[in-house]
Amino acid sequence: MTTMHSPVLEVPARPRRRLPKPTLLIGLALLLLLIFAALFPRVLAPFSPTDFDYEALLKGPSAKHPFGTDNFGRDVLSRVIYGTRTDMQIAIFTTLFPFIFGTLLGALTGYLGRWSDAVVGRVADLVVVFPFLVLVIAIVAVLGPGLTNMYIAVSAVGWVSYWRLTRGEVMSQKKAEYAQAGRVLGYSPSRILLRHLLPNAVTPAIVYLMTDMSLGILLGASLGYLGLGAQPPTPEWGVMVADGKNFMATAWWISTFPGLALTLAGVTFSLIGDGLADALRPRA
Amino acid sequence: MTAPLLKVRDLNVRIPTPAGVLHAVRGVNFDLMPGEVLGLVGESGSGKSVTLRSLIRLHRPPIGMTGTVEYGGQNLLAASEAKLRDVRGGQISMIFQEPMSALNPVLTVGEQIGENLREHKGLRGRAAQERAAELLDLTGIPSPKARLADYPHQFSGGMRQRAMIAIALASEPQLLLADEPTTALDVTIQDQILRLLLRLREELHMGVILVTHDLGVVAQTCDRVAVMYGGRLVETAGVNSLFHAPKHAYTLGLLRSLPGAGEHRRPLQPIPGGPPDLRFLPPGCPFAPRCEYVTDECRAGEPPLLEVAPGRFSACIHHDELPALKPTLAEVGA
Amino acid sequence: MHASYVIRRLLQIIPTFLAVMLVVFLLVRLLPGDPASAILGDRATAEIVERTNRELGLDRSLPVQFGVFVRNLLQGNLGDSISLKIPVIRLIGERLPTTLFLTAYAAVLGVLMAVPLAVLAAVRRNTWVDALIRAVFQVGLSLPVFYVALQLLSLLGARLGWFPIGGYGENFTGHLYHLFLPALTLGLNLAAILVRTLRNSIIEVLTAEYVDFARAKGLRSRVIMTRHVLRNALIATVTLLGLNIGALIGGAVITETVFAIPGVGRLMVDAIFGRDYPVIQGLTLTFAIIVSLVFLITDLIHARLDPRAELT
Ligand SMILES: Nc1ncnc2c1ncn2[C@@H]1O[C@H](COP(=O)(O)OP(=O)(O)OP(=O)(O)O)[C@@H](O)[C@H]1O
Ligand SMILES: [Mg+2]
Repeated sequence: MTTMHSPVLEVPARPRRRLPKPTLLIGLALLLLLIFAALFPRVLAPFSPTDFDYEALLKGPSAKHPFGTDNFGRDVLSRVIYGTRTDMQIAIFTTLFPFIFGTLLGALTGYLGRWSDAVVGRVADLVVVFPFLVLVIAIVAVLGPGLTNMYIAVSAVGWVSYWRLTRGEVMSQKKAEYAQAGRVLGYSPSRILLRHLLPNAVTPAIVYLMTDMSLGILLGASLGYLGLGAQPPTPEWGVMVADGKNFMATAWWISTFPGLALTLAGVTFSLIGDGLADALRPRA
Repeated sequence: MTAPLLKVRDLNVRIPTPAGVLHAVRGVNFDLMPGEVLGLVGESGSGKSVTLRSLIRLHRPPIGMTGTVEYGGQNLLAASEAKLRDVRGGQISMIFQEPMSALNPVLTVGEQIGENLREHKGLRGRAAQERAAELLDLTGIPSPKARLADYPHQFSGGMRQRAMIAIALASEPQLLLADEPTTALDVTIQDQILRLLLRLREELHMGVILVTHDLGVVAQTCDRVAVMYGGRLVETAGVNSLFHAPKHAYTLGLLRSLPGAGEHRRPLQPIPGGPPDLRFLPPGCPFAPRCEYVTDECRAGEPPLLEVAPGRFSACIHHDELPALKPTLAEVGA
Repeated sequence: MHASYVIRRLLQIIPTFLAVMLVVFLLVRLLPGDPASAILGDRATAEIVERTNRELGLDRSLPVQFGVFVRNLLQGNLGDSISLKIPVIRLIGERLPTTLFLTAYAAVLGVLMAVPLAVLAAVRRNTWVDALIRAVFQVGLSLPVFYVALQLLSLLGARLGWFPIGGYGENFTGHLYHLFLPALTLGLNLAAILVRTLRNSIIEVLTAEYVDFARAKGLRSRVIMTRHVLRNALIATVTLLGLNIGALIGGAVITETVFAIPGVGRLMVDAIFGRDYPVIQGLTLTFAIIVSLVFLITDLIHARLDPRAELT
């Protein structure tokens, strides 16, 4: 008589309803707000982000200036709103190239295996020995401060996570039926890889992309704070926090609100990441 | 007449899941005499492991257990933590179904046997080590002294199962709950283990509840059989009478699906259909959708487990319409 | 743990070090244009640039230059700081202990926050306690380190005056006192990274079959917790901590800058604005070596705690 084992006890059978979790919905709503602010700052911002107003220096939050004004009399709320575009741009460009490069490389070495996988694996092991921020700072130091150089630096090191995720997925899917079937049908390896394996294997990388975007914003803002990222007068939240740091005792609002905006953006992406991970988890 | 070792009444286990409450064990009643070996059989998912775990109140919240499990004059489902600890492992031991996950990967096999010896036999240090080696030897593990220092991952699947048996037997329990103790073993070792259990039954007068899929094992070792279906006991009987004249349509199906059993030697006849979903049970007999004897009466209400002949209980409305089988026990055990 | 495993793991680190050296060597060669003029600035005459090139050996082929670089490194020579005019190795030697103290302090605070809360969240999983702990640390994960540093500094340091707003004290207790806010900043960040993963692995341990089997043996809860649960949870903590050493160092660079702590992190930022390439090189190398050593130690501890580790 054959023995069939039911799932072990500690794994609860959980056929769950596939309603999007509130976290995902909240995250998406916040994302819409951020995108709107990034595309149409003029609509939302009550003032220009750059105009000085010597009548209103270092004024605390009020009805006219809900987030107060800075040491040049600029409206902090308007600057935070205009900063959205820069920081969203940072979120995209610190992750896009690592994502594309890492996923393609992962699909390729995961499929080919052997030496290509071993070589890239060695390089990846090497990259992770350098603290991320330190390596990025060092590269930016050599190339010079600024957003473009920061993107180059991040791309040089950020691909590793995507490579790992996609490579692992492709390796396990390579053995799956449809890939085998494709080979039997005589499809070319590139067709099997690009049309069949990659679309299935890219899911974990997409989920990670969201988490990575919140990390990217934090990194960009950190470099901005240190003076190595966005350069004034580009409105960027990290730079704004730095601008206000000498006024913490007298005008806390200059630093505090851009910092809150940063946190909000980070939370937005991590909520979406969590929600996606939950929604895309393979059905039990 | 002696008092039963274990008296189970109206045992229910409810497991909350995101899609609703799973009623895994539904009003189970049975007695076990000292020194008796009771076989618990049934398809995968019928609730055998869940039943076994609830006998020593192993389920944790939010899983709910109701009913009574009377042992040594006490209801274990309501006993104090301290009393329960004393019974668990000391008087009632359990062999888990999956030896791989039941053994802690970061403790040596010797340590995991030693835990039991210390807790229930007061053995420590050298004495414990010696006794542990003896136990491993008893279950047929070669060079047991040396293997005590091994970690579970260094054991083969069969050896892990035997290590677990050794742990369960360490305290010389009054009652052994064995959840498929021999599935991972090859036939000779399986034989050896079953014989060991029977010997301990004689020596210690130990009661055994033996969960198994293998009716051959049942024929070879058990005094009585309880057949489980959809979280209920649907038939209990002495092993001989059950094999010769099943009194439940499901039992009949089970026996017929056995190779080489039945009136004539015929090809395997698996029961069509699959086990019921315990979250959405039909109102009547849970076996009705797959039963060839089904009538409207079966679908109207769930038939209770009744004594249909001396010492024989069945929950089948059509129990007296079922044909007798004439397999010899040797045939079944083959 | 077998000696052969330790030796194998120790030998593995040699090629890593060599590769790290190569990366650090090539890093400065990425400089657009001529390294010497980049180092010296725009005002240097062509003659001085050429002399510097010769002095630094930059006129020779790359492999030869790398050979010299490695030989110098093995002799403990990382070159001289351009702005401070002292050997980089001495500079790092002076500043490194402060940073190590800060990161160790932060790791302790981080673990002290993360482990109990992760255990609490795991034991009370899927209740509001769990939800609250996870929500707080999810927000914590999105809080920039420099921002937390700034807020703590201005609130607990400047406004309430509970803690000093700079420096690092004279003796051990002085260090503990002066570095409390920076270590708290870093520790919070670390805890935010650890809590979620730790919670999940503790849940995995708590609901493992072997815990039920231990209960079925009649062991008391305390024994089960210490022998069966904590040991396995400790393995997860050590591994996670090791994996996140890079994030901790990155955080230290920022924290030291905000709190004006004279450690190597601060030195790195200063060196960048001073275009002090030998210092940047030396520090990048130092950080990479520290990380690979921490990875090594983590692996060894892991192998010590988890008998299955050597298999992989
Ligand atoms: N912890 C749990 N969470 C959710 N469902 C569970 C849990 N444990 C058991 N079940 C369900 O309870 C039912 C009975 O399971 P049980 O393990 O008792 O079956 P079994 O008869 O032992 O099967 P097998 O012969 O395969 O071991 C199954 O439907 C199973 O999916
Ligand atoms: Mg089972």
